Amino acid sequence: MAKLTFRTDNCKGCGLCVDVCPKKVLELAQDKINKRGHHPVEAARPDDCIGCGSCAIMCPDFIIKVER
Amino acid sequence: MIVYDKPHALLDVPLHYCPGCTHGIVHKLVAEVIDELGIEGKTIGIAPVGCSVMAYDYFACDMIEAAHGRAPAVATGVKRADPTKVVFTYQGDGDLASIGMAETVHAAARNENITVIFINNAIYGMTGGQMAPTSLVGQVTQTSPYGRDPKLCGYPIKVCELLSELEGPEYLERVTVNSIPHIRAAKKAIKKAFQNQLDGKGFSLIEVVSSCPTNWGMTPQNALKWIEEKMLPYYPLGVYKDRSAAEVKE
Repeated sequence: MAKLTFRTDNCKGCGLCVDVCPKKVLELAQDKINKRGHHPVEAARPDDCIGCGSCAIMCPDFIIKVER
Repeated sequence: MIVYDKPHALLDVPLHYCPGCTHGIVHKLVAEVIDELGIEGKTIGIAPVGCSVMAYDYFACDMIEAAHGRAPAVATGVKRADPTKVVFTYQGDGDLASIGMAETVHAAARNENITVIFINNAIYGMTGGQMAPTSLVGQVTQTSPYGRDPKLCGYPIKVCELLSELEGPEYLERVTVNSIPHIRAAKKAIKKAFQNQLDGKGFSLIEVVSSCPTNWGMTPQNALKWIEEKMLPYYPLGVYKDRSAAEVKE
């Protein structure tokens, strides 16, 4: 089972990770605001994650850690 | 098992780049390559002037900040003073292709044993979106509000093609980072550029076609699409020079 960890405070809410996820696991949390004032990414459907690491490869701010 | 985590060669500090800027992706690729080759302790990076001017705050290796465009000249000095070090420059298009064109061309012509990472996003980012030498024909920028007119401003400079006519450079490749397969290919190219230096082969330049969502006036997603639709037809990806491979063939 894959595990995702986020450095939430460094997220800029660009959403590039959301788009590359093949399983549509990620979403920007519209009800949360981080320290920088952005809606951070969160795993909306963590059980669907296959641990491919695409989101982490795409993230320009290296906030995502993927374990499998 | 860890599939992906922050590379060790990048410090754990927030980047100042705009949301969705691909500078962060290229920083990661360079850092991953430094990690994989195990050269963090002997690498010296040269930061440019431009958006990535503060790259020296992000890489864990030694860094020097060069005057605008002069990164290849500074890198030449560092590499000649201590050839055991691995020296790379990280430059944008306003730095490398404009004010630093002379330094770039001459470093390539001399086949200096350095690695150049060239970010081409077709605009001046840090100063607020002015036209760059690499801005596309018809591209709207702060200083070309009706689109770039080649009669007035000339045509965009293709750096890889330009340098490939020289005898000097060892390796020239153009890559992009707008999708996962392209990012993987870009990493391979950057790794080869560093390996060439370790093997003493000479000047390697990797041109990375990048996005600038803020100054292009687009969402990060649309900026990546714009790379695919507008930039790649004018700046085709591929290897423009690989002297060692050519010599083996002969």
